[in-house]
Amino acid sequence: MTTETLTATQERARPQPRRLALGSWLLSGYGIVGYLFLYLPIIIVVIFSFNDSRSTAKWAGFTIDWYREMLADRQIILSLWNSLFVAIVSTAISTVMGTLAAMGLERYSFRGKLAVDSILYLPIIIPDIAMAIMLLIFFNVSGIGFEPWRVQFLGNRLAVPYSVIIGHVAFNISFVAVVVRARLANMDRTLEEAAQDLYANTWQTFRRVTLPMLMPGILGGALLAFTLSLDDFVITFFTSGAGFNTLPVRVFGMIKKGVTPKINAVSTLMLLFSLALIFISILLRTRAGDEEETIQFGM
Amino acid sequence: MQELLRRNPAARAWALIMPSLVFLLVFFVAPLFIVLIYSFLTRGKYGGVVWQFNPENFQRALDPLYFSTFLRSIYIAVVTTLICLVLGYPLAYWITTRPPGQRNLLMLALMIPFWTNFLIRTYAWLTLLRTNTGLINVSLMSLGVIKKPLPLFANDFAIILGLVYGWLPVMVLPIYAALERLDKSLIEAAQDLYATNRHVFLRVIWPLSLPGVVAGSMLVFIPAIGSFVTPAILGGGKSLMIGNIISNQFLAAHDWPFGSALSTLMMLVMLLGTLIYFRSALREGGGV
Repeated sequence: MTTETLTATQERARPQPRRLALGSWLLSGYGIVGYLFLYLPIIIVVIFSFNDSRSTAKWAGFTIDWYREMLADRQIILSLWNSLFVAIVSTAISTVMGTLAAMGLERYSFRGKLAVDSILYLPIIIPDIAMAIMLLIFFNVSGIGFEPWRVQFLGNRLAVPYSVIIGHVAFNISFVAVVVRARLANMDRTLEEAAQDLYANTWQTFRRVTLPMLMPGILGGALLAFTLSLDDFVITFFTSGAGFNTLPVRVFGMIKKGVTPKINAVSTLMLLFSLALIFISILLRTRAGDEEETIQFGM
Repeated sequence: MQELLRRNPAARAWALIMPSLVFLLVFFVAPLFIVLIYSFLTRGKYGGVVWQFNPENFQRALDPLYFSTFLRSIYIAVVTTLICLVLGYPLAYWITTRPPGQRNLLMLALMIPFWTNFLIRTYAWLTLLRTNTGLINVSLMSLGVIKKPLPLFANDFAIILGLVYGWLPVMVLPIYAALERLDKSLIEAAQDLYATNRHVFLRVIWPLSLPGVVAGSMLVFIPAIGSFVTPAILGGGKSLMIGNIISNQFLAAHDWPFGSALSTLMMLVMLLGTLIYFRSALREGGGV
């Protein structure tokens, strides 16, 4: 009885901190549950890629058979090479074009800039299904694009439709431009001015001062483009015509046929790719010493 | 030519922009207009189109069969956005209460799932939610908690869950950015003036975080309304969204003009939704 009254008095005396403490406990608990929600499904996929059964719901012992099966599946391996090739080529093209556009837009003002800005940013906003349909009709109407680019890539014979590469470049240019532009906007211009005061010409200033300072932005943009290209399913699915698979398109086909731990194995492989790319981007960022970019890269 | 570039900065800017601009004019703007034009044409007998003006595509889109899918897609996108906001806001707030080092780590941990393949993340829920063979139902039944499998799959619930899971990080990101920039002395000032916690939140924190809320909502709403993968995998072929109907017009029905009309309408809905949202958000933000 007395203790109860005492606690009550204490509570009345300083109610604020107590409630805050309880509130912050609840909030922390909620935060942890939130992160579990984000990670558990992915972790479960990885766990069941080692399941010694066809089930993805009941654990039946450890095996790496599904990985063996995955590596023996030539369709999967071929689609992996296709994915890498498309990502590398489209990243290279969109990085050069996007970087140039970013410099033009950030460093100069001119008439019609708003229109150019809109055209450049629209591919980011528009849902990928709309862009995929637009490109599908365009390639059909114009009759260009669906013929394959036959190429020898690291000992593999690939036949990659130009339409897929064009589609990937079309959505990647904008993302590269955004990232590079953000870097340019935050860049200290006095060094460039100093170079010009010391009689460096435009090219020398660009090559020796601007480009090295811009490099983290360009690499960040390229990495983003590479990741988006590897991950893309919708645009590839609609622009590839029949018979061409990247890894995500292949996985979608497999999912439609039925769930097996083999898909979990492929998923785990793709997760590892993503993790490696994220790791590289962190390394780049820490070397650039740029904290702002955490947020920009996220966008 | 070189002389022109040296003298004229605008010419230099155009030269830099030209490659991207030409590429996007040919492979983005032109396709966009083709879709708009196609939506007024007549369907050809064996796929393709006949160049004959035909406004019926849009009338057909308003047919209850398709219109209901439209409404469902809007409903799913709105509910997804609201759930992401309700779940994401406290999460963003919690991250801002952590010490700075932890904060960066938590933001990174938030974005890692987002940067893993969307298809894989959707597939993960497929293995969890499936009616008779999904992990959740199998586990609950073998534990004896339930006798019959719960209806977790091939319905709106599954799609909304998949979408919330997929897009939650892009809701948290801008809200976190807004909260993090928030001047903490404003909160102290409000508390000094005897504002209750509720008032501090409603009058100070919420209005100042509104730009983040608006940005996050757009980043969730737009991809949600254009969903294709999530309903294709978690809808089980039954629960479809407008993106699936559109893709059917091209891959199965070969009715391109109608598919184009549906795409045009979808983009209009997206645009309208964005405008309405921005206006109401601005009004609310301006009222404070």
